[in-house]
Amino acid sequence: MRYNLSLRQLPLLLLCLLLCAPLLVVLQSVLQPDWQLWQHLTSTVLPDYLQNSLLLAFGVGIGALLIGTSLAWLVVFYRFPGRNLLQWALLLPLAMPAYIIAYTYTGLLDFAGPVQSLLRDTFHWRYGQYYFPEIRSLGGAILLLSLVLYPYVYLLARTAFAAQSQRLAEASLSLGLNRRQHFFRVTLPMARPALVTGMALAMMEAFADYGTVQYFGVPTLTTGIFRTWFGMGQQQGAAQLAALLCSMVLLLIYLELASRKQLHFYYSGQAHQQVQYRQLSGVKALLALLLALLPLLLGFAIPASQLAFWAFEQWPTLLSAEFGRLLWHSFSLALGAAVLVVSLALLLAYGMRLHKHWLVQLLVRMSGMGYAIPGTVIAIGVMLPLGFVDNQLDLWLEQQFGIRSGLLFSGTLFALLLAYAVRFLAVALQGIEAGLGQIKPSMDQAARSLGLNARQVLWRVHVPLLRGSVLTALLLVFVDVLKELPATLLLRPFNFNTLAVRSFELASDERLAAAALPALTIVLVGLGPVLLLARAIDKTGNKE
Amino acid sequence: MLQLQQVSVAYQTSQVVKAICFSLQAGEIGCLVGPSGSGKTSLLRAIAGFEPVSQGQVLVNGEVVSAVGVQQNPEQRQIGVVFQDYALFPHLTVGENICFGLWRQPKAQQQQKLQQLLQLVGLSGMAGRFIHQLSGGQQQRVALARALAPEPRLILLDEPFSGLDADLRDSLARDIRDILKQLNITAVMVTHDQHEAFAMADWIGVMAHGSLQQWGTPYQLYHQPSNRFVADFIGQGDLIRGEMLDGYQVKTCLGLFRQAQHTGFAAGTAVDLLVRPDDILHDDASPLRAKVLSRAFRGAHMLYQLQVGMNEQISCLAPSHHQHQLGEMIGISVQIDDLVCFARAVNQV
Repeated sequence: MRYNLSLRQLPLLLLCLLLCAPLLVVLQSVLQPDWQLWQHLTSTVLPDYLQNSLLLAFGVGIGALLIGTSLAWLVVFYRFPGRNLLQWALLLPLAMPAYIIAYTYTGLLDFAGPVQSLLRDTFHWRYGQYYFPEIRSLGGAILLLSLVLYPYVYLLARTAFAAQSQRLAEASLSLGLNRRQHFFRVTLPMARPALVTGMALAMMEAFADYGTVQYFGVPTLTTGIFRTWFGMGQQQGAAQLAALLCSMVLLLIYLELASRKQLHFYYSGQAHQQVQYRQLSGVKALLALLLALLPLLLGFAIPASQLAFWAFEQWPTLLSAEFGRLLWHSFSLALGAAVLVVSLALLLAYGMRLHKHWLVQLLVRMSGMGYAIPGTVIAIGVMLPLGFVDNQLDLWLEQQFGIRSGLLFSGTLFALLLAYAVRFLAVALQGIEAGLGQIKPSMDQAARSLGLNARQVLWRVHVPLLRGSVLTALLLVFVDVLKELPATLLLRPFNFNTLAVRSFELASDERLAAAALPALTIVLVGLGPVLLLARAIDKTGNKE
Repeated sequence: MLQLQQVSVAYQTSQVVKAICFSLQAGEIGCLVGPSGSGKTSLLRAIAGFEPVSQGQVLVNGEVVSAVGVQQNPEQRQIGVVFQDYALFPHLTVGENICFGLWRQPKAQQQQKLQQLLQLVGLSGMAGRFIHQLSGGQQQRVALARALAPEPRLILLDEPFSGLDADLRDSLARDIRDILKQLNITAVMVTHDQHEAFAMADWIGVMAHGSLQQWGTPYQLYHQPSNRFVADFIGQGDLIRGEMLDGYQVKTCLGLFRQAQHTGFAAGTAVDLLVRPDDILHDDASPLRAKVLSRAFRGAHMLYQLQVGMNEQISCLAPSHHQHQLGEMIGISVQIDDLVCFARAVNQV
C-alpha cells in the first residue's frame, strides 16, 4: 500500500479531474452571471421553473415514500396469496422510463383514448359535458413519476423492516405496546434513515426528469435549460440554470447525509431473529393482494400492455431499415459506453485499493458524484468546454495549416461517451468496489506466499472473483445508457438517433403508436437488471 | 533455520517493531505473544515479506531475505502463511484451495499431495466442498493444509485460533502442533493468548511496544521472567515488598527466601518479589496465617485472594473442597524455587 503521492498516481488523478470537470464547469458558471438574462428570467419564467421543479420533486418524494413504505410493510409483515411473487414483481416499474409511461398514459387517458371513449359510450356523454382530470399536468407528472420511482423506497424499506429483530417487537409487547403502536413507535423510526435515502433517490430522479415534464408541457428547470440553450441561444445562461438545478440536488444529498449521520441505528443483539409475520386469510388477504397489486398494475402492467398493443399494431416497422438502424445505434452505443465506464471503474477502484492517499480517495469519490447530477446538467458541462476546445482547435488549425477540423469533440460520440462516463461511473464503481472488497488483502498475500507473482494473483484470484460484479456492472450501465434521454438528446451527433431519442421524438409528434416499438424495446431490455435484483430478493426473501 | 537480527519495521514515521533478535532451529515452533498493538503481527508480516524492514535483517537458512534495500518477493521465499481470517479463496473448492500453490506440479502429483494433506488435517472426503460449507475449525484446517502443500521452509501462523471457540482452540492447537512436529516444520505463531502459546511453542517471545521483552522456553518465561511486564503478562502473580539481606536472600512478610545463585542485587536493596499462586500452599497446620479477601471457584481449584503482612495481597490455589469463609484466617506455607525480584523504584512505596 502506498500512502505517499507520487508521479505514478498522476494519470489516475488526471482521469478523475476529467470526470469531475463537467460538474465544475457548470458550478463555476455562476461566477460570471449574466445580469441582463437573469433579470429577464426572474421577471418571467424562473419563478415557474423553480416552483414546478420543487413541487415535482417533493410531490414525487412523498408519493414514492407512501407507496414504497406501505408496500414494504405489507410484504414484510403479512403473508397473503401471491406475496412471494409480488415481493419481487413490485420492482418491475423500475424498468419503465418515466417519459415512456408519460406518453403511454396520455394515449390511454386523453379525449380520444380508450378510457374516455368507453366512458362516453357507456354514459352517452359528449365533449364538455363531463369532468375528466388532465393527465398532462404537474399533478399527472407527480403521479406517474411516483408510480415508477416508488421501488427505490420499497427496496430500502423492505430491507430495513426485515432486518429488525423480533426481539425488539417482543420488548415492545412486554412494555405494553400493541403491534400498531410498535410499528409507529419503533419499526418506522428505526427504518427512517433507509426511508429518507429512498425518498432522496426518488427526488433526485424527479429533479433530473426531462422527458415527462417536457411532454406534459410543465416548465421546470430541466426544460428551462433546454429552452435557454436552444431557444434563446444563451449558453452561459443555460449553464447557470444548470448550476441552480445542480445546487438543489447537492443540497438534497447533503440533507440526506446529514439526516443519516445523526441516526445510526444498529441493533446489537442477535441479528438472525426472524421478523414475525401474520398470515392473512379471507377478505383481508384479498384486500392485501389488491392493494399490493395496484401499483404494479398502474406502474407496469397497464402501460406495458398498452405499449405492446400499439407495437403489435405497428409490427411491420419491426422489419424496417430505420428500426434496424435504431437498434444498431442504441445497442452499440450502450455496449461501448458500458465497456468504457466499467473499465474506468475498474481503473479507479484499483487505484483506490492501491493508493490510500486521501487525495486519490477524494477525487475518485467526486468522480462518482455524477450519478446524482441530472443528465441535462452533465450535458451542458460537457458541451461548454468541448465546444471551446473545438473552436480553438479549429481556429488554430486553420491559421497554421489552413485545415478546418470542425467539431472534433463536441459534435461526435466522444462528447456523448464522456457524458455517460460522468453520469454512470458511480453505478459501475459501486458494484466493482463491493466485488473488490470481497477480495481481502490477506487473499492477495496468501496467493503471494503460495508462490504466485502479482500478475498471476490477478489472473487466478481477482479475475474469477470479480467476474460476477463486472458483468453486473456492464448490464446496469448498458441499460442505463439505453434509457438515458436528455443528455443523449443534447449531445448526440447530427442525425444520430437512438431508441430513447426516436421514441421521444415520435411521441412528441403525437405519433404514439409509432413510438411504442422503440419504447417497448427499452422496457424489455430494462427488465434485465430488474430481474437480477429480483432474483437476489427471491433468494433472501424466501429464507425469511 | 530462521534468524532475525535487529529487525525493525516502521510505517511512515512510527516504528512499530524495534530491533528484534531471535532464532529458531529447524523443526522448532516459536510463538510471539503480547497485547494487541505490540507489533507482533507486523513482525510476522516482515518475515513473510509483506512489509519491508527498516533496519536489521531476516535470514532463512542463512540466506538474507529481508534487509534494508533487500526485499525478496513473498512468492520467492517459500514461506507458508496461515492468516487470521484464513484468506481462503471463496471461488474454489477445498481441494482447489489446497492445491492452489502446487500449480507447477503435474495433476497426478497434486492429487496425491491433496489426499495426503486431507488425511493429515482430518478432512478426507471433503475435497469437493466449497469453503462456505465448512465450519470455522474445518476452514482453519484447510488454511493450514494449503500453507503446508508447497512444503514451505517455514510456516507463519497469525492468530490462527482467534475465530474459534475455546474448546476447539485447545484441541486444534494440539493437533496442529502434532502435525508440525510430524512434518518437522519450523513455525512462528502470533497470538495474544498465552495458553495457546504454552500449548504450541518450544520458544516464546513476549512483545510489548514493539520490543521483545524476553525470549525463552515456556518454563523460563513463567518461572524466570526477566522484567515486570513479562511477570505480569505471563501467568498470574503478585508482587510483595522485600529487602535483600545479601545477594542470595530476600526478607519479606512471608519470611526469608534464598536461592543458590546470586540474584544480582546488593544487600539492602528494596525489591518486589514475584509470588505465583502455585508457590503458596494451603496448609492448616502452618503457623503462617493469611486473611481471606475473596475467592473464586475454578472447578478443581479455588483461587483465594489473601492478605498478608502490612496490607499485601497474594493469591493461593487450593483444592476446591477446602472451603473457607471471607475474613477467615487460614494457614499457608510458601515454597519458592526461583526467586524473581525486581528493584523497586524510589517513588514506589
